[in-house]
Amino acid sequence: MKLLIKNGRVIDPASKTDETLDILIENGQIAAIDSRIDIKDAEIVDASRLVVAPGFIDMHVHLREPGQEYKEDIASGSLAAARGGFTSICCMPNTRPPNDNSGITEYLLTEAKKRAVVNIFPIAAITRGLAGEELTDMADLSQAGAVAFSDDGQPLSNSLVMRRALEYSLLLDKLIIDHCEDKNLSAGGAMHEGEISIRLGLPGIPAAAEEIMIARDLILAESTRSRIHIAHISTKGGIELVRLAKKKGINITAEVTPHHLILSDEYLVNYDPNFKVNPPLRSQEHRQALIEGLKDGTIDTIATDHAPHAPEEKEVEFDQAPFGLIGLETAVSLMLDRFVHKNIISLEKLIHLMSFQPAQLLKLKNKGRIAIGADADLTILNLRKEVVVDVNKFASKSRNCPFHGWKLRGSVAMTIVGGKIVYRA
Amino acid sequence: MNPETSLEFRHYHLLGIEDLEASEIMTILDTAESMAEISRRDIKKVPTLRGKTVVNLFFEPSTRTRSSFELAAKRLSADIVNFSLPTSSVVKGETLKDTVRNLEAMAIDALVVRHASSGVPHFIASFCQSHVINAGDGTHEHPTQALLDAYTIRQYKKRIKGLKVVIVGDILHSRVARSNLFLLRKLGAEVVLCGPPTLLPPEFSKMGAKIEYNLEKALIGADVIMMLRIQRERQKANFFPSIREYRHLYCLTPERLKLAKKEAIIMHPGPINRGIEIDSSLADSVQSVILKQVENGVAIRMAVLYLLLGGKERETAD
Ligand SMILES: [Zn+2]
Repeated sequence: MKLLIKNGRVIDPASKTDETLDILIENGQIAAIDSRIDIKDAEIVDASRLVVAPGFIDMHVHLREPGQEYKEDIASGSLAAARGGFTSICCMPNTRPPNDNSGITEYLLTEAKKRAVVNIFPIAAITRGLAGEELTDMADLSQAGAVAFSDDGQPLSNSLVMRRALEYSLLLDKLIIDHCEDKNLSAGGAMHEGEISIRLGLPGIPAAAEEIMIARDLILAESTRSRIHIAHISTKGGIELVRLAKKKGINITAEVTPHHLILSDEYLVNYDPNFKVNPPLRSQEHRQALIEGLKDGTIDTIATDHAPHAPEEKEVEFDQAPFGLIGLETAVSLMLDRFVHKNIISLEKLIHLMSFQPAQLLKLKNKGRIAIGADADLTILNLRKEVVVDVNKFASKSRNCPFHGWKLRGSVAMTIVGGKIVYRA
Repeated sequence: MNPETSLEFRHYHLLGIEDLEASEIMTILDTAESMAEISRRDIKKVPTLRGKTVVNLFFEPSTRTRSSFELAAKRLSADIVNFSLPTSSVVKGETLKDTVRNLEAMAIDALVVRHASSGVPHFIASFCQSHVINAGDGTHEHPTQALLDAYTIRQYKKRIKGLKVVIVGDILHSRVARSNLFLLRKLGAEVVLCGPPTLLPPEFSKMGAKIEYNLEKALIGADVIMMLRIQRERQKANFFPSIREYRHLYCLTPERLKLAKKEAIIMHPGPINRGIEIDSSLADSVQSVILKQVENGVAIRMAVLYLLLGGKERETAD
């Protein structure tokens, strides 16, 4: 089966390409790229007035399988990803049971092959049972297909365990991803600590809870000469630390979510649990620092931290509602509308952040670029089309999205995974 | 009662003092004056809210506030039902939304909500058709308490503007302190908050308060002293080292009271920890208006019920 994508504006940050080209796909790979390709036996996609980008990769997704399939599962999560323009997603290990042994990793990959429409890359736990004490069989997990390691959701408090994980990761050359949160400082918190939390009478999560752990991590990354990746960075102090560490040559990278870039703690004044997320939506000052970090390269990638919860879990008292919001189906439109169209970052930069960079960080071969021989994972964008976010149309099983009703300019026109069209607007 | 007073109160719910204009606060206080008159009659009942149903929905035990609302509703001839649900939705296994929808199915007019979690009345108001009255939400607001406090202050001082009001204790966790701060600032009083720095974050100064950690300094020239209840559990979270030390630093004693104006009044939202935040003799002294506060609570709650339920149908000005 051949697929020919004609007349698209092809943007490939890796090769610094930005021109109108035809792309021929054969056997799931890119077979030819040229200003004009004419082939008779191919299915043709007319991409004129559309942007053709290397497939977007979300390295922070909670698929909830195994164990909490009522929130999301591999099939629904992958459909949500396809609808949101993601061709590859990484699933976090805090499932029930957690992905802390190769059996679970293999299960995820086997099921993904059967039921997922996008590529699924499992991230395995750093410690057994996410308990923060004993390392998992990291080599075995790596062998089984884990692309990175993280105890996301259960911050790794013990610095010695983190040190050992970083050292051991040198053997595997796999990324360690840390959810930076000092649990003592954040205990009982429901939102960002600041003027608004004081006003609303909600227990706060101070910025220091994140910043202290980022400081620890960069010190350990330096002393162990390992790679560390900061998940969902949300604080000004965190950005300053990562910027400084990069300047010193420490191997540190960071991701930011669209919601931390766009929303702030002011949105919590109505106590809507859909805005309750961890790390919390911070104040404007922190948000501005994240945008600066995005522009100057301190931030390496955009990840959604897609965290589905059932409506009955969210329709409760604010302080008792679970943390998390879903992001797969809104991320691209949000970034186009709020950042590209407002000229805060260029379209090429966005594609770099959402495709090339995560492929590099996770060392995903043949992904994140449009080149002959690369996997035919493509995200096709319609920059002009306006969409209104409607949670009732989501492919995700959950509805905990704070952007319901938002009107956004720029959307996903088509998602192609391994040469197969998995979503068409 | 002047029926035109309701025109100046255009809210559908009473969720907090923060949402009110100074003129609306004055409307409630003035309405409460006429309500107090009803309570002084031999037959303490008027037919104003006959046929209306009020539900006391209390997720946190509070005999005083619940009884106060109950009396207020009864004096206006409304029917009142008490629902005391001791636990949160997570423990109960029913969502808060479902709990409220079940009550609403019984054709009620107003929900008086008390809950240990901040924001619950706001969350309920976001989907509920009945009038919602916040009877204390977590560490956020307790609007009727602040209103009855203002009513009491006005009763003794004839004004609120320009008075120095000192609020002492666990400010961080106090919904009474927040509602009073909002209200007193809107009406032009000077508000000094006092307590240990662990329980008095500097953000309160952005809300118009003066911050003073030292009780003696705070009390100088005070017209009104409001003491807050200190919960012993706070010690376990290291907000203060011991009750002994807390008492030593923040208990209102006769010696400390001398620093305030001679005619200063002492208030407390109750229940009192005698000998911890306030010397027992002061709680019963002539300067104490603590029982007057309780008395005034009924009139304030009658005024709130009247202004919300006695008016017209739902308006957009909420
Ligand atoms: Zn996380």
